[in-house]
Amino acid sequence: MPSNAMNRRVFVTSALAGMSLAAAPLPALALTEAAAMQLVNSVVADINRVIDSGKSENAMLKDFEQIFVRYGDVPIMARYALGADARSASPAQMRQFTNAFQHYISRKYGRRFREFIGGQVTVKSARKIKAGYEVRSTVKLRGEAPFEVTFLVSDKSGKDKFYNMFIEGVNMLLTERTEIGAMLDARKGNLNQLIQDLNRTG
Amino acid sequence: MLTSSSFVRSLALAAFAALSACATQPPETAARGEIFDPYERTNRSIHRFNLGVDRVLFRPAAKGYVSVIPEPMVTSFNHFAENISLPGQAVDYLLQGKPREMGYALARFVINSTVGFAGLADPASDFRVPPVDTDFGETLHVWGFGEGAYVELPLYGPSTTRDAIGVVVNLFTNPIDFAPTRPVDNLGLYTEIVRRMSDRGRYSDTVDSILYESADSYAQARLIYLQNRRFELAGDDEAAYLELYTDPYAETGSDPTTDPYIDPYEDPYAE
Repeated sequence: MPSNAMNRRVFVTSALAGMSLAAAPLPALALTEAAAMQLVNSVVADINRVIDSGKSENAMLKDFEQIFVRYGDVPIMARYALGADARSASPAQMRQFTNAFQHYISRKYGRRFREFIGGQVTVKSARKIKAGYEVRSTVKLRGEAPFEVTFLVSDKSGKDKFYNMFIEGVNMLLTERTEIGAMLDARKGNLNQLIQDLNRTG
Repeated sequence: MLTSSSFVRSLALAAFAALSACATQPPETAARGEIFDPYERTNRSIHRFNLGVDRVLFRPAAKGYVSVIPEPMVTSFNHFAENISLPGQAVDYLLQGKPREMGYALARFVINSTVGFAGLADPASDFRVPPVDTDFGETLHVWGFGEGAYVELPLYGPSTTRDAIGVVVNLFTNPIDFAPTRPVDNLGLYTEIVRRMSDRGRYSDTVDSILYESADSYAQARLIYLQNRRFELAGDDEAAYLELYTDPYAETGSDPTTDPYIDPYEDPYAE
């Protein structure tokens, strides 16, 4: 079984080779197990490179947002998170919501990455599932038992992108659908208000 | 006065009585893995109580604990807490009919209690003894009991009727608590509190974001707990994994009329 141990030192050296990665388009390959694993490795590498950059938190969060857009299928994630309300939203609202969702997610999760500094991500395996590929990895933090993070990857957007993530079985997309639903309830279903507030996520 | 063994026996009886008397989820929604929360009103008031306790007591204590005590010592105390729980875990593995895991638990306990400075270090992991983690809630799961209703327990937090019984039973099933030379009574309970303090302190920002920044922290805690617990119980069992993939950690959203059934491995592109 192929395995690819990633640590921060490896990223610093490999970072030199990939300085302009953020601008380069992904190769238009048909998605295979190897490509799905490669995608996850690239996400991890890019995130570690940002953490190692020593930039200000705000600059890092902007970088995380770029990584999210580059590797994640943001429109489908946003649509899923909005749930049934996505059906009644206008195309303009959907566009605005997708942007706001992207801002909110990258800030919310980007802030958490600090707690994982020094962590080691090992991509273990990939296999075909209904909607694409499932890539399993383990994350080892100092003084903690390793935990499992699973990425779901698909090429249905036209490019290889991840569209969901499970941390020890906790479905990120479903958790966000619950959260967005609660936010919408708190605003009496006012989607425009929600879009405004998501854009203001600090 | 009750002797310890008759006490455990009557407790187990009470537990089974409670299990069978509990509100039960219709089998078809249980099979889809929906959330069953018939006590939501009560749960929500307990959740408010727990948030208050966290805010004034647990959170500051935990943050103080991890900032005052050096990190390697916090890790050592966690090892100690885990080690103390191992004989109890061995009992649960025995009850689950898993002799191999029981052996791992006992081997870890023997190694870490001796070369591991009374459990403060974890040489068993260096010797590549596989990690173990179980409880009586899992034993009940192995015996075929369903998850039951979601409950939030005062001070303890998210649980289910089945796992809540496990929590109570486990207070009395660790052989260490019956050892004639035990250092203090209820050692496992205290070490568990210390371990939880370290988690609360180390990941305080993440926990804070769930408890205090979420639009509905009750719903978030419920969803995260249930999904994680179902994942744990599926374990390394490849067959159970496959079962989870056809119908994994499926949940209903907060509004069952618009969101009757979500398969987390479903294809969002199909929507």
